[in-house]
Amino acid sequence: MILTNIDSVPGRRIVQHLGLVQGSTIRAKHFGRDFAAGLKNIVGGELKGYTELLQESRAEATSRMVAQARELGANAVINVRFTTSSVAQGASEILSYGTAVVVE
Amino acid sequence: MSTELLISIVIPVLLIIVGRVVGSNVERRHYESITAREARFRHQPALSTKQSDASGPVRSASLATGSVVVSVDHFKRFLSGFRMIVGGEVRSYSSLIDRARREAVLRMKESQPNAHAYLNTRLETSTIASTSGNEGIGTIEVLAYGTAVHYDRAP
Repeated sequence: MILTNIDSVPGRRIVQHLGLVQGSTIRAKHFGRDFAAGLKNIVGGELKGYTELLQESRAEATSRMVAQARELGANAVINVRFTTSSVAQGASEILSYGTAVVVE
Repeated sequence: MSTELLISIVIPVLLIIVGRVVGSNVERRHYESITAREARFRHQPALSTKQSDASGPVRSASLATGSVVVSVDHFKRFLSGFRMIVGGEVRSYSSLIDRARREAVLRMKESQPNAHAYLNTRLETSTIASTSGNEGIGTIEVLAYGTAVHYDRAP
């Protein structure tokens, strides 16, 4: 599965458009991680626990999108976009969406 | 009385001082590392356009992402409190966001270190709220993503 965030797959020709595919996940923060991040907040800088958490959720959202594309018989997803929104205190939704296509 | 005083004044002041000392140290080191890594990737540009002017035949293309979560230190949070009164640019926060964006772009490049260019690079910023109310102020996530392309011939 090829993913790009431009409206083509460079070097390949698009044969068929199969429509929008999407994957999302809502994650809540782990209490222990939240506590560690609170301590790290004093000195500022990167909060590695959160970086990892969000990376994992983004990978999960992307894999759900890819699974949906595969079901449609696509071999690439173009124009992929990511968005994040906070659903509730301490929980955020990560959505990834794109257009499933068949390329040569 | 004295215990109350300790809790209400000494601890916040201590946190601000620790934030100032450690935070500025961390920031300086982070900037050094950013500059060094940016120099390494100077010939592999991240473009916000969808096409590179050096476009030859493309061998492969794939999605590259990089993200980072950063927060401000207590000293800067304290400073910004004053800034909110008089208005104007909050410099202490600008440097934080600048660091985060540059770090995210670098991580995107590092996720596919051999690409010749990164097309259509997007930067996405979101704030992270803490479970415990206001504590999360000044914590942001920056995501950078783009299409990493390899050309047949290096431009």
